[in-house]
Amino acid sequence: MLEQIVHSVKLLQPETALAVTFCVLLVLDLVVRRKSNLAAWLALLGLVVTAFFVLQQASSGQNSIFFNMLAVDSFSVFFKFVILASSFLIILFSLQSDELNSGTRRLGEYYSLIIALTLGMFLMTGASNLLMMYLSIELTSISSYILAGYTKEAEDSSEASLKYVIYGAVSSGMMLYGISMLYGLTGAVDIYGINRALTEGDINLMALMIASILMVAGFGYKISAVPFHFWTPDVYEGAPITITAFLSVASKAAGFAMMMRFFKVSFLDPTVGNLAMGAWASFQGFEWNQLLAAISVLTMTLGNLVAIWQNNLKRLLAYSSIAHAGYMLMGVVVLSNEGLAAVLIYFVVYLFMNLGAFYTVMIVANKTGSEDIEAYKGLGYRTPLIGVAMTIFLLSLTGIPPTAGFVGKLYLFAALINGKWFWLVVIGALNSVVSLYYYVRILRNMFLKTPERSAEPIQFSFAHVTILLVLLIPTILLGVYFGPLVEYAQASLVMFGIQ
Amino acid sequence: MTGIALHHYLALSAILFTIGVVGVLTRRNAIIVFMCVELMLNSVNLSLVAFSAYLGNPTGQILVFFVMTVAAAEAAVGLAIIIALFRNKQTVNIDEINIMKW
Repeated sequence: MLEQIVHSVKLLQPETALAVTFCVLLVLDLVVRRKSNLAAWLALLGLVVTAFFVLQQASSGQNSIFFNMLAVDSFSVFFKFVILASSFLIILFSLQSDELNSGTRRLGEYYSLIIALTLGMFLMTGASNLLMMYLSIELTSISSYILAGYTKEAEDSSEASLKYVIYGAVSSGMMLYGISMLYGLTGAVDIYGINRALTEGDINLMALMIASILMVAGFGYKISAVPFHFWTPDVYEGAPITITAFLSVASKAAGFAMMMRFFKVSFLDPTVGNLAMGAWASFQGFEWNQLLAAISVLTMTLGNLVAIWQNNLKRLLAYSSIAHAGYMLMGVVVLSNEGLAAVLIYFVVYLFMNLGAFYTVMIVANKTGSEDIEAYKGLGYRTPLIGVAMTIFLLSLTGIPPTAGFVGKLYLFAALINGKWFWLVVIGALNSVVSLYYYVRILRNMFLKTPERSAEPIQFSFAHVTILLVLLIPTILLGVYFGPLVEYAQASLVMFGIQ
Repeated sequence: MTGIALHHYLALSAILFTIGVVGVLTRRNAIIVFMCVELMLNSVNLSLVAFSAYLGNPTGQILVFFVMTVAAAEAAVGLAIIIALFRNKQTVNIDEINIMKW
């Protein structure tokens, strides 16, 4: 027992580093003066130390720690890298955001909450126990409720925060009800025990279906899938841009990681043999992937159709992120390792292109104070660098070659075709066409409309250009040179407890 | 004791949960909405404890402790957010909290 705990603590180093950083930032906020960026730099330092520990984990093989509470395996390490990269970039964004740095706001708490949010998402990627899933979801949610309302003197920010709390509390309540039913049905709370109970005993399929629908309510809220998406547009519009960008990438990645682990490990039928390479079977008569397929179609269609009517860019990108969650769900539906690898690849690509789009919106909002599509009139002439960067990010979000977004969609659709889900491919492709319409609306405003007489070019510093290039180069590079990424994603599919 | 079986507890829990959900959907006062969320969580606690006693396995009761703690934390943050909103708008009526739509 003691041995197991010592072994577990060793493998918990990244999370420990984050927890220490969080405490240091909280105390620091009490002693340093208001207008200091010290907290941000310390948070970045904490993330670098964490990255070092995660790198060490990458070579430590597959482990389950604290009596099957958390899994430390290649799969969770992959998502930890995605989350770390996005929180690192978000802290850099925050240093430049006028929205946050104006007034006499204390930002020490802001950075400490970002670290707490990162910690919660780290735990989500590895959670292999229903209790751990619930606690890590709540840790992420509670930190993000506060962050969404951080600019609390702004009416829309506090409204966003309230809506977030209400939807979040209801869906975590529903997920808990699902947890209690699963516990009652199987007598186990860790996903390996659930899998064993399902393999051995005969379980009432109806009750199991209801329990997993309730669990999907919890996951669906985190990844903003229809019909649990109602909070997304309002929260994304009201929250500070940095937080919107963070939620749209990292929180979604953590939600997907937890959902994929839960479904794959608990509902895998190990007794079914002779399947095609990399495919797996779920329990007889229990087709949870049909449920996810329906959710996926609803999610991408609604996201894309409603995005057409939006004039606020943050809100438009919110609906576009709902649509992207729908695309990625298609990869989970296929029940094959190829599909999961496609989701992993998509997340890396999505990290760069989506953060890039939000960063551009932030630079423009810093200057013009507006996120309205009208503020982008003639941007391509006023400030060519920003205009061209935005164009590339938007084309990548649509999935047009030779950008990275194309590679992401290519692997998703290929996995679906190999899994014989042709109707889903057709719907996915049609949705991409619809999405082109609203992305091109922004391009039209930037390049085909003349700027207002009073509009000045947007000034940007060396730091702005550096961050923009950090996001822009991978978005183009991954579109033409994606071999290593694909190989790494395929090698990262190993989850603890599955051969 | 002989008269009360597992399904009685589960039925009560399901009824409480439904009341909670209906309350969240129909009530207009943000504070009452939060009370309904608490009702949902407590109905889950009831079913967890019932399953735990039925299975003779203490894990369910341990889960309940965590659920209660998290519910308290969530309520604290939720009330703080309601106060922040009230300072801006002088209301906690959800129908009037509507500057963002579609």
